[in-house]
Amino acid sequence: MARIAGVNIPTSKKVSIGLTYIHGIGQQTATDICERASIEKDKRVNELLETEIIKIREIIDNNYRVEGELRREVSTNIKRLMDLGNYRGLRHRRGLPVRGQRTHTNARTRKGPTKTIAGKKK
Amino acid sequence: MSRSVWKGPFVESYVLKKAEEARASGRKDVIKIWSRRSTILPQFVGLNFGVYNGHKFIPVLVSEDMVGHKFGEFSPTRTYYSHTADRSAKRI
Repeated sequence: MARIAGVNIPTSKKVSIGLTYIHGIGQQTATDICERASIEKDKRVNELLETEIIKIREIIDNNYRVEGELRREVSTNIKRLMDLGNYRGLRHRRGLPVRGQRTHTNARTRKGPTKTIAGKKK
Repeated sequence: MSRSVWKGPFVESYVLKKAEEARASGRKDVIKIWSRRSTILPQFVGLNFGVYNGHKFIPVLVSEDMVGHKFGEFSPTRTYYSHTADRSAKRI
C-alpha cells in the first residue's frame, strides 16, 4: 500500500496507471513522473521501493498541482467568473453549458437528469 | 487559438478616444459604446461604460478583474427565460 499525495492508495497496478488515481494526474503526467524518477513505468506499485515512492512524492509535490489544491484553484477560477458577472459566469450560475454548446437538446451533463414537463403534447 | 502577442490587445480606436476624453474631463457619465469586441484595458478601470446589446446600453462599471475580457461579455444579448411554475423566476 502506497500513499502518495494524500489519500490516494493505488494498488497492484502499474505505476503509470496507479498514479492516475490522483486527481490532476493523467496518463501523460504519470509517464512523465516515472521517467523523471527513472522508474520503469511497467513496474507494479507494490514492487516499488520505499526510496522510489519518496522520489515520486517529491516530484509531485514540487512540480504538480494535485488533489485539493487543484480543486481549490478550479473552484476559485469559476467563482471569479461568477463574481465578475460576465457571460461565462452567468452560465456557471445557471448550470448551463459555458462554451456555446446547444441547449435545445442534450447538455445533460450540465443540466442534470431530464425534468419531464407534465402535459406537454407529443 | 489565442491572439498573437505582438499585435497587442484589440481595441476599437473610438473607444480609446472616448475613454481618454472621459479621463481628461470630469468622468462620471456613461460612455456609450457599440464595440462589444474591444478588449478592456487597464486604463479603463473605474470608468463607466454603456455597452450596447442590440437593444439597450447595459451599464458596465469596469473593475480591475475585468481587464483582459471583452466588453461584450458583460452585456448579455439574450433574455433568459425560465418557467415560473417549477421554480421561482430567476433573472440575474
